[in-house]
Amino acid sequence: METTQQDKLNIYGESFDSRLLIGSALYPSPQIMQDAIKSSGADIVTVSLRRQNSVAAGEDFWQLIKDTGLRVLPNTAGCHSVKEVVTLAQMCREVFQTDWIKLELIGDEYNLQPDPIGLLEATDILLKDGFKVLPYCTDDLVLCQRLADLGCEVLMPWGAPIGTGKGLINPYNLKTIRERLPEQTLIVDAGLGLPSHACQALELGYDAVLLNSAVAGAGDPVAMGSAFAHAVSAGRMSYKAQAMPEKDVAAPSTPTMGMPFWHQN
Amino acid sequence: MKLIYNGEDIQVDAHLSLQQIIVNKGAKPPFAVALNGQFVPAGLLPETQPENGDSIEVLSPIQGG
Repeated sequence: METTQQDKLNIYGESFDSRLLIGSALYPSPQIMQDAIKSSGADIVTVSLRRQNSVAAGEDFWQLIKDTGLRVLPNTAGCHSVKEVVTLAQMCREVFQTDWIKLELIGDEYNLQPDPIGLLEATDILLKDGFKVLPYCTDDLVLCQRLADLGCEVLMPWGAPIGTGKGLINPYNLKTIRERLPEQTLIVDAGLGLPSHACQALELGYDAVLLNSAVAGAGDPVAMGSAFAHAVSAGRMSYKAQAMPEKDVAAPSTPTMGMPFWHQN
Repeated sequence: MKLIYNGEDIQVDAHLSLQQIIVNKGAKPPFAVALNGQFVPAGLLPETQPENGDSIEVLSPIQGG
């Protein structure tokens, strides 16, 4: 899966070979996490912050992530207010030594849908504070346009609610966002379950996908990581190759000239 | 005085700095600190003085999606 110099993923001016961003949660074991991240070929891995007295937070996990050698993308998962996400983003910047933030602001507890109103406010605050914001958002065109207007160079609309594995539930919306925002780096974040979902996102012209549960929750996360790597590569190649136009009427592929058993009436 | 440390009620001597409270609680780096929901940069911990009833959050790296 070689990547040409001209066809790399661009995130706020930095280039990456892989178009798959992967999460570090939910794996059966730390070793499987490391192996699956490696097999996925990802250059970027997502992490978070929690209270130090919680079970898994701390130096041991952080060392495992550092050992992967990958670029870290911290998230603000679980936050429900602008104040919470801004504070958590600032804490992430100090701990992880990066101005990147995957901005998650939950608006509804049932489907973990992002809060579009608060997301705009928080994004504005964090961009002005020097962050490079990667907002996790719904597939609403106008919301994405407003986020881009604020200065977001990367947008991450959902494919489906987090952890559902449903794939791209509204390809039309995603396609429209791609067409209307041709300059933004677009990443489908959340809801993917199968490598074919990732392939479809790349075929729509999305620059990358971000996923976690689809790999971590597979029967063999290491093999699934590799499957996603191939799917993302295939999807990108397909997009660059420009697929044939879809038609409503059948058209024979075998030449009709010289057709046997044909008689002119 | 009474404080809330990562969601738990604790009692500490008055006039301790945020840095001293965190050290006394045995916090291990890497971590970042918030006081009453506001981020406190590491460089300001020694000079930050919590007040009775304040809430302290000490957060460390964990898995994320």
